[in-house]
Amino acid sequence: MQAPPRYLPAGETALVVEFGAAIDPALNARVRALDRALAACPVDGVVETVPTYRSLMIHFDPRALSSAALIEHIRALALEPESGEAPRHWIVPICYAAPHAEDLAEVAALLDLAPERVAALHAGATYRVYMYGFAPGYVFLGGLPAQLSISRRPTPRPPVPPGAALIAGGQALIASIPMPTGWYNLGRTPAVLFDPRRNPPVSIDVGDAVSFEPIEAARFAALEQMARQGLPVARQKT
Amino acid sequence: MPGQLRILRAGPGATIQDGGRMHFRRYGITPAGPMDWAAFRTANLAAGNDPERAAGIEIGPGVLEIASEADAPLGVAFCGGGFSWRRGEQEFGPAARLVLRPGERLQARPAAGAFAYLAVAGGLATPLELGSRATQTRAHMGGIEGRMLRDGDGLALLAPRAAFAEARIAAPWLAPNSAPLRVVLGPQDDYFGAAALATFFTAEFRVTAATDRMAYRLEGPEIAHSRGYNIVSDGVALGAIQISGDKKPLVLMADHPPTGGYPKLGHIARADIGRLAQMRRGETCRFLRVSPEEARIALLRFEEEIAMTARHIFPFAARGDGPRPPNEGGGGWLAR
Repeated sequence: MQAPPRYLPAGETALVVEFGAAIDPALNARVRALDRALAACPVDGVVETVPTYRSLMIHFDPRALSSAALIEHIRALALEPESGEAPRHWIVPICYAAPHAEDLAEVAALLDLAPERVAALHAGATYRVYMYGFAPGYVFLGGLPAQLSISRRPTPRPPVPPGAALIAGGQALIASIPMPTGWYNLGRTPAVLFDPRRNPPVSIDVGDAVSFEPIEAARFAALEQMARQGLPVARQKT
Repeated sequence: MPGQLRILRAGPGATIQDGGRMHFRRYGITPAGPMDWAAFRTANLAAGNDPERAAGIEIGPGVLEIASEADAPLGVAFCGGGFSWRRGEQEFGPAARLVLRPGERLQARPAAGAFAYLAVAGGLATPLELGSRATQTRAHMGGIEGRMLRDGDGLALLAPRAAFAEARIAAPWLAPNSAPLRVVLGPQDDYFGAAALATFFTAEFRVTAATDRMAYRLEGPEIAHSRGYNIVSDGVALGAIQISGDKKPLVLMADHPPTGGYPKLGHIARADIGRLAQMRRGETCRFLRVSPEEARIALLRFEEEIAMTARHIFPFAARGDGPRPPNEGGGGWLAR
């Protein structure tokens, strides 16, 4: 029997439906199930929802909806554990060679592994998209191999380039825009996964699977050219 | 071409804003929008615009000087903070609406408060990005190339008009108000003990120099965590009061990221967020605990009040007689 979620106020214009406090695929599946159910059975006054690792934030218009009415609506929803369709699986090319692997040597030294081993571990896993956050298009991935668990930096490093593949705190992410970060940059994808001129601005959705395909620097340059022309560089596994 | 608004001089922090970029928080995109939404809405309403959708200029702590390059008289309205405004030799208080002749200049200069808004009748026609013209500089989105305004920028006008008389705006909510900022507890108030919460709601906090459109860091007594300060990232709403490792409140403002990993003690009531936004370094505030329902009623009442902006607009006697509004309403800013 699953524990019922907690309903927590985030001011008078948002409600947090919290399923747990951990990074856990089962919790995240419940978050996504509620997100899907709300989308399938909307209630007037909901502005938008934000799925995270372990909770769903629901932004609402307090002129149209009260928190109590929203909770009542949620309680009446039937939650399907997973949708019938298999999640989409994206293959994202990543270059783990200079100049794209800015912090690879540093991570290898900190973890006492060969740089090639760090890249192979990172590229060998299949990840699940847990959430977007931090900055536009920053996609947070669960499923990083335990050998690559590394603490965040004590102080942020200079901005990473767009497409940087980052790790820290047992998590992985792909960056979209240059931002200073306390994470480590293992490599870089030429794929443009976030484009504010598109709607939706991202191709990969929460709940999708992601794996990485190592590429050489020359291939990176060629794919970057393609991406610049608006051609898709990440592909779906068939 | 309906003409444009020329930026002759843009101090730091001037951006184009509208009601905000909604529906994309799930992709990490903050709504942005005005820091003081009440003043922004008031300016738009006074200019005859849709209060939330029309884009105008948010003026940060610097000077802004514009010239109308419309081919006909252009209506504008301004308010917010304690800025002083000048058109040629005419000086105006912090809140008025004017009709600029083609080529005429208008200058805003900060005196008190942090943000003023200039609305143009018909709104600005800068490009829409994901449905909004709001600028978010960190993500390089909206406005002009996602950046702050610069000297020389030309802002296209959407549907310029001037169908109103020049007038002063004396809305009571634009005046300084040192009442405590109302706070709704949660979602992580259980990360703090009773003593920490009592400290938060009795102490005085001071706005530090670390303030920008993303967050305001406050200085005051330590608010101790009872269960550490790392949480698994969850959603963040405007006005969230994060208590990070240094035990000091960090209030998340218009450009906040949609998720975060520090415990959030509570949220500033939406009705009071503009008052915090207008505070400068060194100014102090206190907090008052309210229920979510009390905050909701306060917001709905405030929105109704703002919708009646027209009741607080008083035409000047005639143009050219050196209008100088009396010290009432928004004028209180300069009287302090």
